[in-house]
Amino acid sequence: MPFYVSPEQAMKDKADYARKGIARGRNSVVVAYDEGILFVAPNPSSALHKVSEIYDRIAFAAVGRYNEYENLRVAGVRFADTRGYQYAREDVTARGLANWYAQVLGSIFTESNKPYEVELVVAEVGDTPDGDQMYRITFDGSVADEHGFVAMGGQAEQVAGVLKERYSAGMSIEAALAAAIAALSGQGNGERSEINASQLEVAVLARGRVHRTFRRIRGARLEELLGNAQPGGKAAGGKGAKGAAADGPGEDASGEPSPGDGTAP
Amino acid sequence: MGADYLGGQFTAACLRVGTSSFADFLATSAPNLLPGATSADTAAQVSGDLPHGTTIVAMDYDAGVIMAGDRRSTAGNVIAQRDIEKVFRSDDFSCVGIAGVAGIGLELVRLFQLELEHYEKLEGRTLSLEGKANRLAAFVRGNLSGAMQGLVVVPLFAGYDEDTGMGRIFSYDVAGGRYEERKFHSIGSGSVFARGSLKKLYTDDMPEADAVTACMQALYDAADDDSATGGPDLTRHIYPVVALVTQDGFRRLTDDEAGEYAQAVVGERMQSPGGPVAPLRQAGT
Repeated sequence: MPFYVSPEQAMKDKADYARKGIARGRNSVVVAYDEGILFVAPNPSSALHKVSEIYDRIAFAAVGRYNEYENLRVAGVRFADTRGYQYAREDVTARGLANWYAQVLGSIFTESNKPYEVELVVAEVGDTPDGDQMYRITFDGSVADEHGFVAMGGQAEQVAGVLKERYSAGMSIEAALAAAIAALSGQGNGERSEINASQLEVAVLARGRVHRTFRRIRGARLEELLGNAQPGGKAAGGKGAKGAAADGPGEDASGEPSPGDGTAP
Repeated sequence: MGADYLGGQFTAACLRVGTSSFADFLATSAPNLLPGATSADTAAQVSGDLPHGTTIVAMDYDAGVIMAGDRRSTAGNVIAQRDIEKVFRSDDFSCVGIAGVAGIGLELVRLFQLELEHYEKLEGRTLSLEGKANRLAAFVRGNLSGAMQGLVVVPLFAGYDEDTGMGRIFSYDVAGGRYEERKFHSIGSGSVFARGSLKKLYTDDMPEADAVTACMQALYDAADDDSATGGPDLTRHIYPVVALVTQDGFRRLTDDEAGEYAQAVVGERMQSPGGPVAPLRQAGT
């Protein structure tokens, strides 16, 4: 027979459980730069993404348990596409999506025995830097409206601390990437793990593009960007770099803008 | 707004493991949003008064495939719109044109565009050209009961097949039959005239400028003999929509570019109204 467990204790246990699960994975960061929003996540897989496109100007980044955030990503795409189909493409907003995710995660946290071990960021690139939006949503459904940069993961506070020192409004993409890498590799008390292109998943929401603004940066383009971001050039031509260019067929391997941005439906 | 703007069941459906097809998702989670969900009882009476789209032509050429459509829609004997667009980008490597009841056709295109994008986002890769053509066939078949009531719409689909490096064209019937066309094809009320024109103008591996001109000539011939097809409107600067799909992706000619081709064709027709004359016998026979 079950013992009595006070609601406070039950919630605390769930929260501890979720935090522990999230802390087992790596951190990741989202940083605004002059021409858009940059997503950087340590991820040795080039197929199982932590950063994904949701809609024209909205992207999604997550840490934690893969099957859970993948489920949330798919749900978000369905939500956004349905709303855009029902109303109009500009009626799909990061704010609406973040609220919806908060509702979903909140009810899962309170109603089910096992909370989701995930932390999400939903970001939308605006027409101007002032229009950029970033929302961080945690496992219990709380939402935080962030500005400039967000860190996710078990060591989010330390990572955000490094970002805070290095972030400045209107920085270039190279500077933003350098800040992101410094923040991600700075964890673990000063022991700086080497980061090269094959271990990073990098994507942007590029402000200047029309229609779908989300682009993955990988392969040669990423190597080049890493080289520029780190003057020492230690990232370029790292041991594991071979994996970076080995994307599957049909993928936008160069990270170059793909052609034919027609009118939105 | 929020979680329940379509009801809690919709949220649950979003989270459920399921299909990568947007249309199938809507059919199970929000069927009222799908086109064709409304009663079509009175359709037969009104269909003659609804705006209809008319002529679309498509042909392959050396770099890929080209599709062009006139700009007129008609409701009975009235011109409903002079500058309607009936040729659309469906994704980076394909385009779609519609003929028939414009309201249904435009919705069909919107759903089809979203279907391709939705699949791409969920699966991380695009559908094959064959797969895209089959999805469109299913959508056309979905409108069968509407078509029986007079709300007929048929698309023409063309794309660049990245696997074979060729442009391909697919036509459809109202029952969702899907037919791959070789070299060129045309649909809509003026299609008979346009196809006859293209037959005499088409040669294999035409360069882009020739292919665009051939399509302009075909549309001019369609407008010449079909009252529901609009010719180039020089006074209002309304010219056919021309879409090109190559290995570099989808590109739509700007109005200025299309206008130059259209004006050249009209200029020639001032001298010979019937257009270019095909040789009576093939060279060497």
